[in-house]
Amino acid sequence: MALAKRIIPCLDCDKGRVVKGVKFLDIRDAGDPVEISKRYSDAGADEITFLDITASHEGRETTVHTVEAIAGQVFIPLTVGGGIRTLEDIRTMLNAGADKVSINTAAVFNPDFVREAAERFGSQCIVVAMDAKKVSAPGEKDRWEIFTHGGRKATGIDAIEWAKRMVSYGAGEILLTSMDRDGTKSGFDLPLNRAVSESVSVPIIASGGVGNLQDLADGVLEGKADAVLAASIFHFGEYTIPEAKRYMANKGITMRL
Amino acid sequence: MNKVAVIDYGMGNLHSVAKAVEYVGRNVSVSVTSDAQTILQADHVIFPGVGAIRDCMAEIHRLHIDEIVAEVIRSKPLLAVCVGMQALMDSSEENGGVECLGLVSGRVRLFNNAGSGNAVAHVDEDGSKLKVPHMGWNSVQQVDRHPLWAGIEDGSRFYFVHSYYVELGAQEKASGVTQYGVEFTAALNKENIFAVQFHPEKSQHSGLQLLSNFLKWDGTTQ
Repeated sequence: MALAKRIIPCLDCDKGRVVKGVKFLDIRDAGDPVEISKRYSDAGADEITFLDITASHEGRETTVHTVEAIAGQVFIPLTVGGGIRTLEDIRTMLNAGADKVSINTAAVFNPDFVREAAERFGSQCIVVAMDAKKVSAPGEKDRWEIFTHGGRKATGIDAIEWAKRMVSYGAGEILLTSMDRDGTKSGFDLPLNRAVSESVSVPIIASGGVGNLQDLADGVLEGKADAVLAASIFHFGEYTIPEAKRYMANKGITMRL
Repeated sequence: MNKVAVIDYGMGNLHSVAKAVEYVGRNVSVSVTSDAQTILQADHVIFPGVGAIRDCMAEIHRLHIDEIVAEVIRSKPLLAVCVGMQALMDSSEENGGVECLGLVSGRVRLFNNAGSGNAVAHVDEDGSKLKVPHMGWNSVQQVDRHPLWAGIEDGSRFYFVHSYYVELGAQEKASGVTQYGVEFTAALNKENIFAVQFHPEKSQHSGLQLLSNFLKWDGTTQ
């Protein structure tokens, strides 16, 4: 019996509603993050990640209430990401019932924010989300860079160096998204995952590109990820969480069944 | 009415544990508080904790939580969680060495994945380097039949997130152990103290069962 690898469904929410909705046959409200989170938790999800894409300030108030409602009914870890820019943002989300916050762009613009956040709230609740894209030419040694603005803006920061730096600043976990693979359903960028996982001591969550259950297994077996994050394959009912867990367990991966 | 006090000393999110207790409890009233009177009048007391031990201990002393906890364990069941469990020990290696409450004998050590000094690095069962923090669902082997394990299958997985673990003194007894490079104390029992390294409030059915058992516990091991 070893530590289990985790499956984390991710909900993208705008003003307290799940964007794109979720296709469960018997769900009353396909856009309600509370009902969907509860459903995933009951199905055996190991954590829930709630990604807030709300732009407006008023909308963010709704997000806080949603996080509170989820935390009152779902007793597995909850990570909240999107728009976390200040220590006050973190405090608000933790008080609402989030267990971890995920910091993305704010870390790139102000790396010291990660250090301050980890010092104030502890590394265990600070996830650094990094969006990476391959920049090496074919035939060259693999190299990835950090991108912002949904993968449109290069930063010139080497992804491996960035991961090491964020961990040295106190990040307790890395959420690693391949912007080359995100939305493609062609599987995780496994060399990227492995390279990051082997260069830092903290757990890595692989994200971006899951199209089938073998992709999840590969993320752990080949990509050395400690957890795998997926959205659409679960939301649209292509696969259930128990199916995914059984599949991974059959590949020899330790899972919580 | 079962009065439950969750001791608040300003370290981290205590709402999760309060909400979980409200969820499982029948006829419970939960206070998240640092007020001595409220804590000492409660029927069951929960001592949580997250973050760095140095900061936790500083607040524990500043708010006289140390005295309150010492008083609580004379008379009522106490459930310590995560850093709350670590704070009960003699000392912790974290933050360059921190003296703790000394209510349970033992020390708090870092998972060693670097192999510093003469120490051999801990490795995972498959021989790979251990990730620290130890984060996720791991199996807890029950080593006694404590009332808090009632209805929880031996080997059940609970949610952990920690970089330091409790190494008990020779005279103390673990209630549950977990493997992560090393076998460590996942749960301990000493008289009316039950302490867990994992987060029952985040451990779904097994965790909620443990909290429910705690609410019914009278502080004895029978």
